[in-house]
Amino acid sequence: MTKSSLAVVGSAKKKCLQLVYEANASHIGGAFSVADILTVLYMDVLNYDATNPSWCDRDRLFYSKGHACTILYALLNECGYFSIEMLQSFSKDGSIFTSHVNHKVPGVELSTGSLGHALNVACGVALAGKLRNKKWNVFAVLSDGELDEGSNWEAILFAPQHKLNNLNLIIDYNKIQSLGAVQDVLNLEPLKEKFLNFGWNAIEIDGHNHAAIKQACLIKSEKPKVIIAHTIKGKGIPFMENKLEWHYKSPSKEQLDMALQILEDESK
Amino acid sequence: MRTAFIEQLIKEAESNKKIFLLVGDLGYSVVEPFAEKYPDRFLNVGIAEQNMTGVAAGLAMEGYNVFTYSIGNFPTLRCMEQIRYDVCYHNLSVKIVAVGAGYAYGSLGASHHTTEDVAMMRSIPNMEIISPCDPNEAKLATEYFCQSNKPGYLRIGKAGEPHLYGNNHAVLDIKKINCIKKGHSTAILGTGSILKTALDQKDFNGSIYSVPMIKPLDYDTLSEIANSYENIITIEEHQKSAGFGSAILEALNDLQWTNSATNMPKVKRIAIQDTFNSVAGSQDYLRQLAGLNLNKI
Repeated sequence: MTKSSLAVVGSAKKKCLQLVYEANASHIGGAFSVADILTVLYMDVLNYDATNPSWCDRDRLFYSKGHACTILYALLNECGYFSIEMLQSFSKDGSIFTSHVNHKVPGVELSTGSLGHALNVACGVALAGKLRNKKWNVFAVLSDGELDEGSNWEAILFAPQHKLNNLNLIIDYNKIQSLGAVQDVLNLEPLKEKFLNFGWNAIEIDGHNHAAIKQACLIKSEKPKVIIAHTIKGKGIPFMENKLEWHYKSPSKEQLDMALQILEDESK
Repeated sequence: MRTAFIEQLIKEAESNKKIFLLVGDLGYSVVEPFAEKYPDRFLNVGIAEQNMTGVAAGLAMEGYNVFTYSIGNFPTLRCMEQIRYDVCYHNLSVKIVAVGAGYAYGSLGASHHTTEDVAMMRSIPNMEIISPCDPNEAKLATEYFCQSNKPGYLRIGKAGEPHLYGNNHAVLDIKKINCIKKGHSTAILGTGSILKTALDQKDFNGSIYSVPMIKPLDYDTLSEIANSYENIITIEEHQKSAGFGSAILEALNDLQWTNSATNMPKVKRIAIQDTFNSVAGSQDYLRQLAGLNLNKI
């Protein structure tokens, strides 16, 4: 658990709340379930240069949860890719900060928002890295619900076949998808065993434990690696936690102030 | 045409180390020489076209010029959204190659009839489309796509199509509308191997043009054609809706609106009339069944 990643996640979450409130946008629940994972990636795992987003030796992050864009944008701002003033155009007319992730934003590798695309592209990039003996790594962050998409399973077959051990897949397993609980819509269990049977190295962690996230990300593996991160939708804000409605709702002014206060108290 | 494609691709890949070929578990007796010569730039991804297209996008992001190869509708319609969003929105150097244009796989049934692909591919920004009429155009199209760094769609027949240009024909430009036969009053504009149907019409005394590049269209030559002929007949092995003839009509309208063409010829489109062919048959048989001929003109 690094102090810096804990401080940054609180700050990034406050920015998410402001962005979602100002734009009357959705998906704060999914942004908060993945917030710790993304923060640890940017603080303690990924090699990057915010002043040179296309630096050739950077690690490549493919963020498939395009709908939960606010946390990625907030973290890229925290890392210095662009100013807070730029980010404040979020979702407004003419802004590159669309409310699903847009590659026109500095630091974003791939536009997402249609589920089941990023892992396949990440496989292509990982393949290029292997063919050219590159040292950089590829990370793909997916939601649990999007594993319903068949295209992901094409990639899950592909990666071990081609020994893409530079590929790290992280699943934000918050157990809630758009219209219900994952287990009620299309049950993924036993998820770890599925990956093991497909030839992956599979690790399960608490997706809010920063030390565990970092440790899992840094494990070297002979096979492609999946980190199944058990998370809580709306993590950290009690009235949002595990509530499907926060896939859609934007906070009222009172809810915004309450949530900001909770994060403020937590940071003390 | 597919032989011309693979031979040219092998030739280009010798000097152009960026060329990468992905196949969707198809290409028996076609792709093997490429695979043997360039094993590090060839991959059979399996029967998984969505993944093939996503992987192609990823390889292209890292600097490769990637060709995805399959037959019929598999490399296009099956993975339409990967083409639109991963390849075209990111403007990546991925070239989709579909073998079996129109009814080339006639007897295999409607699953293999490639008759809506141009409409689909045409509608996507950044996508370039070439539909060669013979092996020579297929070779030139491959050459062009090996040098281009934009998304592209190459729509080719199968094997054994005849050469449609005469031996004395000037060097043709794959990006242009090319005149194969010069006549008067009526111009036939065709794309793909069905253009042969027009050339076989011995009593036709108008002009015949091949239009390999459907997108972007050669507006300059089309403007000259519009100003020179009273009638235009378009012929394609594709649905009438949103296909090649539609592209010509739209372009003629643009040319007229911008005063680039002073004349608006009458246009007859020969294309498939919003129908599936649900019987077995040779390519020629199914073309006739769909009315893809000049008999009533």
